[in-house]
Amino acid sequence: MTTTASTASSAEVADLPLLLESPGRRMWRRFCKNPVGVTASIVIGLFFAVALVTGICSLLGVYFPYNPNTTELTQKLMPPSAAHWLGTDNLGRDVLSRLLNGSYISLTVGFVAVAVSLFIGVTVGAISGYFGGWIDNIIMRVVDAILCFPSFFLILTAVALLGPNIMNIIVVIGLVSWTGTARLVRAEFLTLRETEYVRAAKALGIRTPGIIFRHILPNAAAPIIVTAVVGIPDAILTEAGLSFLGFGVQPPQATWGNIISDGKTYLLDAWWLIVFPGMAIFIAALAFYLAGDALRQAAESRSERK
Amino acid sequence: MSPSLLEIRDLSINFRTEHGVTEAVKHVSLSMKEGSSLAIVGESGSGKSVTALSLTRLLPSPPALYADGDIFFKGENVLTMPPDRLRKIRGGGIAYIFQEPSTSLNPVYSIRSQIAEAIRLHRPEVKDVDAEIVHWLKTVGIVDPEKRMHDYPHQLSGGMQQRAMIAMALSCRPSLLVADEPTTALDVTIQAQILAELKRLRAEFNMSLILITHNIAITQGLCDRMAVMFRGEVVEYGDTQSILRAPQHEYTKALMACIPRLGSKEKRLKTIDYSKLTAKS
Repeated sequence: MTTTASTASSAEVADLPLLLESPGRRMWRRFCKNPVGVTASIVIGLFFAVALVTGICSLLGVYFPYNPNTTELTQKLMPPSAAHWLGTDNLGRDVLSRLLNGSYISLTVGFVAVAVSLFIGVTVGAISGYFGGWIDNIIMRVVDAILCFPSFFLILTAVALLGPNIMNIIVVIGLVSWTGTARLVRAEFLTLRETEYVRAAKALGIRTPGIIFRHILPNAAAPIIVTAVVGIPDAILTEAGLSFLGFGVQPPQATWGNIISDGKTYLLDAWWLIVFPGMAIFIAALAFYLAGDALRQAAESRSERK
Repeated sequence: MSPSLLEIRDLSINFRTEHGVTEAVKHVSLSMKEGSSLAIVGESGSGKSVTALSLTRLLPSPPALYADGDIFFKGENVLTMPPDRLRKIRGGGIAYIFQEPSTSLNPVYSIRSQIAEAIRLHRPEVKDVDAEIVHWLKTVGIVDPEKRMHDYPHQLSGGMQQRAMIAMALSCRPSLLVADEPTTALDVTIQAQILAELKRLRAEFNMSLILITHNIAITQGLCDRMAVMFRGEVVEYGDTQSILRAPQHEYTKALMACIPRLGSKEKRLKTIDYSKLTAKS
């Protein structure tokens, strides 16, 4: 039965994946075949859904299971129970509610900061790599100068000076972390600008911005996507680090980092204050890293062989 | 006399390298009439591709330096014109076909979107772009163009890719087509097909053609005139038939002697003895 089925459909099957497959689609198809990547994406999707739902609910004034900022001092430092699944903190606030509420902030920071850094990094790297010469020299020396600073302390100082609100934190993380992307994009452009199809595009009279953004950039998309995905957990971790040090998003607004920060004093008495937000950060970061790695594998032409 | 389409006067191009200045093209003068065809023949490094690329200032500068001379295309000086005007001429006036069709097409776009971009850029008046693409793909001999135009470059064979490149070049309706070794990367049977196609298209659209090649044998029948380049200089320039019949310069003679012939009794293929040539030139 299997043989007849396979021979009957072999003609169609042979045609289908070959026809009309752009490199982007091929990358997507390979990604979907990788169980690690798919699992990681599902986890990311769940985090997203939770963040979105709680974000919308808190805007509407609906909280689940409790209001994350309601203090109930009689219930303080309660271990996980049926009423408070993940326990309560030193002010009697429900840890689960705070965790859900904080996921919205943490993921927003991750995504928006990466978007900022990607925008700057891609533009700067593309210009640097495409034009080369003294333009490249100046830009790369600026990048080197920025890389000389320990980035976390640079962010810490900038946030301390500008004031620790979400907007500033996002922008500062984005402004400091674009250098890696810029270097990567520059390296890609240095190779791609020498290709025949770029010369052919020039010979057709296509404008320089068109050549940079429509003819070269899509060919560098795969490594850019991978760095973006890996950059998200970095930004989340940076925000958590800032919050832990007290320069992050200010209380009472919960984020994963400042829940841990608030809980560190009670580490020996109330483990749940540290372990659950820590696990949230760990799982989210791991999921993004694994998804990024799966994307990298999908983008490599070598991986088709196995 | 028909007006001159292309006029290269005393063109010299240098490359600045770490070891000093290299003269890639030395005092080259060539001219072409509307509808004519010219072969530029020479070995690797003789300056033929550099000359061809300089026609629309495609050489990256630096390191290239247009040291001397002028290039007039339809009476306008290409070397001094503003970038906007130059972009109009690239593709619209002078279109190129390059050596390696597999790398000359952008791998992330379908054939259709690449040709569509060329048409939209140079002929914005065209309403039905898809019909135009199908027309040109059919013209260059691609079977089933309605389906194949959605293909990505890697799904086409080398010959088909080169046909698609030709279709893209032609779709801009250039007055001059520059084919820079268009058949070098293709196998011999496909080579013959592509050359026949170029010959037919040239006649059909009364288009001028510059064919750049190291293979002196393929110029016959395709190009009326021929320029032989050696070490950056044009050593022989004139009517193709008369040059092939009675080559004057030692280098041309040596080049022609190197064409292998089937059934020849010679045991080894001929090569060029440069020691003799250096003394002469």
